[in-house]
Amino acid sequence: MNIKALFSAASVFFLLSFSASTSAQSLYQDLGELEGIDQLNERFVINLVEDRRISHHFEQTDLARLHQMLTEQFCELAGGPCVYSGDDMVTSHTGLNITRSDFNALVEALQLAMDDQGIAIGAQNRLLALLAPMHHEVVNR
Amino acid sequence: MNLRYSTLAIASALCLGLSTQAHAAGGGLLATGGVTTVEGSAGGGIVPWAVMSGYAEEGEWGGTVSLSRASVDDFNLSVTAASFSFDNRFEFSVARQSFDLSTIGGELNQNVIGAKYRLAGDLIFDRLPQISLGVQYKQNNRFGLPEAVGAQRDSDWDAYIAVSRAWLAGPFDRTWLANATVRATRANQTGLLGFGGDESDSYELVAEAAVGVFLHRSLAVGLEYRQKPDNLSFAKEDDWMTAFIAWFPTKSVSVTGAFVDLGDIAGLTSQQGYYLSLQAAF
Repeated sequence: MNIKALFSAASVFFLLSFSASTSAQSLYQDLGELEGIDQLNERFVINLVEDRRISHHFEQTDLARLHQMLTEQFCELAGGPCVYSGDDMVTSHTGLNITRSDFNALVEALQLAMDDQGIAIGAQNRLLALLAPMHHEVVNR
Repeated sequence: MNLRYSTLAIASALCLGLSTQAHAAGGGLLATGGVTTVEGSAGGGIVPWAVMSGYAEEGEWGGTVSLSRASVDDFNLSVTAASFSFDNRFEFSVARQSFDLSTIGGELNQNVIGAKYRLAGDLIFDRLPQISLGVQYKQNNRFGLPEAVGAQRDSDWDAYIAVSRAWLAGPFDRTWLANATVRATRANQTGLLGFGGDESDSYELVAEAAVGVFLHRSLAVGLEYRQKPDNLSFAKEDDWMTAFIAWFPTKSVSVTGAFVDLGDIAGLTSQQGYYLSLQAAF
């Protein structure tokens, strides 16, 4: 077992892959378009309100509207033909005192929903990467 | 202080704590605490990363206990380690290393106490990568052999700065992790052969690095590299390399396996073999 050769091979693989990481299919299609995103968010919202770590944040929430806003937002982010009509992330989360752990619990709820929806790991990662920049707009507001 | 017993006591206490709770205590995301290095600090197998052990986020505490073993041609290394982390900011660790000289005969051992402080940034979410400063105090308990081959002292400090970053959707739409660490050290074979030597007794900066990719949320593969000083004239000391696979079936448990290439050790050439580590975390 020659680990030096393995290192060289891995470096080449790493460099090459940076130039070849553009996706052939749009994320919107990978998420199952509007119908798939709608189903995903139904599961997502159910997971959120059933998660004892964060369900208290949703006691006063209009869940049907949350579902609708998430679907518009994910659809637009994924490159679909939607326009998000809700409040910006800072406005909609100010005063909720969402902690880093709460945010992580939300990520886990979304991951479970994506697993249940049969979304491939690559598409899951691309959606999460689009949502990650909202962390600082949501946490500790 | 008898570190063997304090390590065992902490390990037992943490195991007890773990067994009485059904869920991970900390709110961190899966695998973000890394695994336990041979020196007890959180990271990969041989390189301390900027990550904090366990899953403690702001206002929470977490920790790990682990058992590790590296077996190469002429040596076996066993490590028992425990760590405690708080507030996604501080990490404290203890490790007990036993280095079995199967061919030469005998055993070397040392204790390592570590502390790590997250200076800035975040592994995933912040604009800055996670940057941490760490120290390790090492006490060699079998200094006879190291002293005979030229080591200058039986205990010493290492200090390091580590930068870690994960990309959620990197190449091939997989989550990637990279870590770079710079360490100031005088340790010979991490301290198992003492500190400083007849050729050099001053601190040296060494570079350490890791890169990994998550094939799935719970399964990562990667490579690590650790540069080492070469202070003793009796035998050349080589850099270390590993190729690892780490599995996180749950937040509570992880298993790490690796091929390791430790180079020449104490005149015995090309020491290669395997590494296996079990970690419980919360």
